[in-house]
Amino acid sequence: MQKPAVPQPHSSRAASWVLIAAVLALAVAAIGCVGGWLAPHRLTPQKLVDQFQRNAGTFPGYRRNHAKGVCVEGYFDSNGNAQAYSAAQVFAPGRTPVVGRFALPGSNPYAPDSSVPIRSLALRFTQANGQQWRTGMNSMTVFPVATPQAFFAQLQAQQPDPATGKPDPAKLAAFFAAHPETAAFRAWAKTAKPSASYATERYDGLNAFFFVDAHGQRHAVRWHVVPEATKADSDAARAGDTDYLAADLARRLQQAPLRWHLLVTLAEAGDPTNDATKTWPDDRRSIDAGTLVIESTTPQDSGPCRDVNYDPLVLPDGIEASDDPLLPARSAAYADSYLRRTSEEAHLPGTAAMDAKARGEAR
Amino acid sequence: MNTNTTTFALPARVLHWLMAVLIVAMLFIGVGMVSSVSERHAWLLAIHKPLGIAILVLAVVRLAVRWRNPPPPLPADLPALQKLAAHASHWLLYALMLAMPLIGWAMLSAGGYPVMLGDSLRLPAIFPASPVAFAVLRHLHGWLAALLYLTFLAHMGAALYHGLIRRDGVLSSMDGRRAATAILPETVDAARETGDAEPGDPA
Repeated sequence: MQKPAVPQPHSSRAASWVLIAAVLALAVAAIGCVGGWLAPHRLTPQKLVDQFQRNAGTFPGYRRNHAKGVCVEGYFDSNGNAQAYSAAQVFAPGRTPVVGRFALPGSNPYAPDSSVPIRSLALRFTQANGQQWRTGMNSMTVFPVATPQAFFAQLQAQQPDPATGKPDPAKLAAFFAAHPETAAFRAWAKTAKPSASYATERYDGLNAFFFVDAHGQRHAVRWHVVPEATKADSDAARAGDTDYLAADLARRLQQAPLRWHLLVTLAEAGDPTNDATKTWPDDRRSIDAGTLVIESTTPQDSGPCRDVNYDPLVLPDGIEASDDPLLPARSAAYADSYLRRTSEEAHLPGTAAMDAKARGEAR
Repeated sequence: MNTNTTTFALPARVLHWLMAVLIVAMLFIGVGMVSSVSERHAWLLAIHKPLGIAILVLAVVRLAVRWRNPPPPLPADLPALQKLAAHASHWLLYALMLAMPLIGWAMLSAGGYPVMLGDSLRLPAIFPASPVAFAVLRHLHGWLAALLYLTFLAHMGAALYHGLIRRDGVLSSMDGRRAATAILPETVDAARETGDAEPGDPA
């Protein structure tokens, strides 16, 4: 540019520098504000995952929750019954390959199978068009809490007291008193027994979603899978065996594939879609959408489920998230857990080193 | 009178301001979505991916426009170090606006995620599934985002310095206040060849 500079007179130069500094400071403050650096009380995915680690310890390379589990593979045979409600390819008649994972809730990959009465099943359906449906389901019909904030408070109440190594009963009691929405879950937990097999459990999606049909019409739904197998092998859970679930599953799959029916429950007007602590009335219509067939199992350290983040918001065209506040929180926290364990897998600086045992299992 | 070599071509100016808004918005969206567990996380993520691809496409168009319409030269009296900083930061901005979307896309590919730009539009994977690659790319995406924001701050600070303190026409070459007419590449080239550019009035 040939134009000569016409500098500002000295008098107003200082004011200009102040203005420039103010604009830059404002820009830094703005991004800090959005990032929550100026809001230390905001619940972040990192805080949730940190609390899991605080409660059970850090097990490098493993998922921060549902750490103990096994990979499974199979397929979903759709019968076409759900097609009227969802345009997702997975519901057209035909077969969709599935990579899944049975697991126990909790962050300890060495927890005894009998330590919790809950089992979980995560599934990844890969449609022919490349879109995926990922879902994580649990063997209970309601979730203890309705919001991420309440879930965080529950995790905090469950944090072991350093003196006893166990959660403080007073803190737990205070949490339950402050969260009456946990009543349905607690009633279920009172009678729930750790099952001797993954194969005999019903797994419930808990969160509501919307199916979107070919005309763009949305239908509020929940889904669960019910097993064809009902007889748990009583020998499996013999005393002293802490890893009977994986062995039972392998034994059953040597005989024959295992089957579940995918049932989709349709909401009616007024049924809550944003509250996983509440079941919908029993008379709601359920559609049997097809059969989930599990054919094989592999250890999670070498199986195809190892590097899958079962993020419940990975959805195909034809399924949408509901307004359930747990869904984005699950998605955000799973992403953070996935980043932590893959970073440990990559031995990135600043990540927890995988101990010999963990490394051996993760490879 | 105004001459063409003192301002950026109209398409370059339109792309600059459009992308400035998109890129800054993108950085805020990214920072906001990874620090939230609320419904904001989901809808910001839903905007982040298609917006990233839009920025990638616009960056390619912008480089083509720049190649077709060379930018006006910096003031001749600008100290050499400032000229170097100006050129280096501009090429860093171009590199980052191309790299960030590509890294994000590769990162999702490496993580085994379907790269969905909407309810049904899916991009192919551009990187083989690998947890190690995912972790490296995901951290790179975050660090380069911080670098991009810092470079943006330096760019904005420098623009204000040129506009408020040096008043040397650098800021007005992009804000378009002195560009009365749309500039065609041919006239820019013609003006460039004849070297008959004249300074305009200070903005």
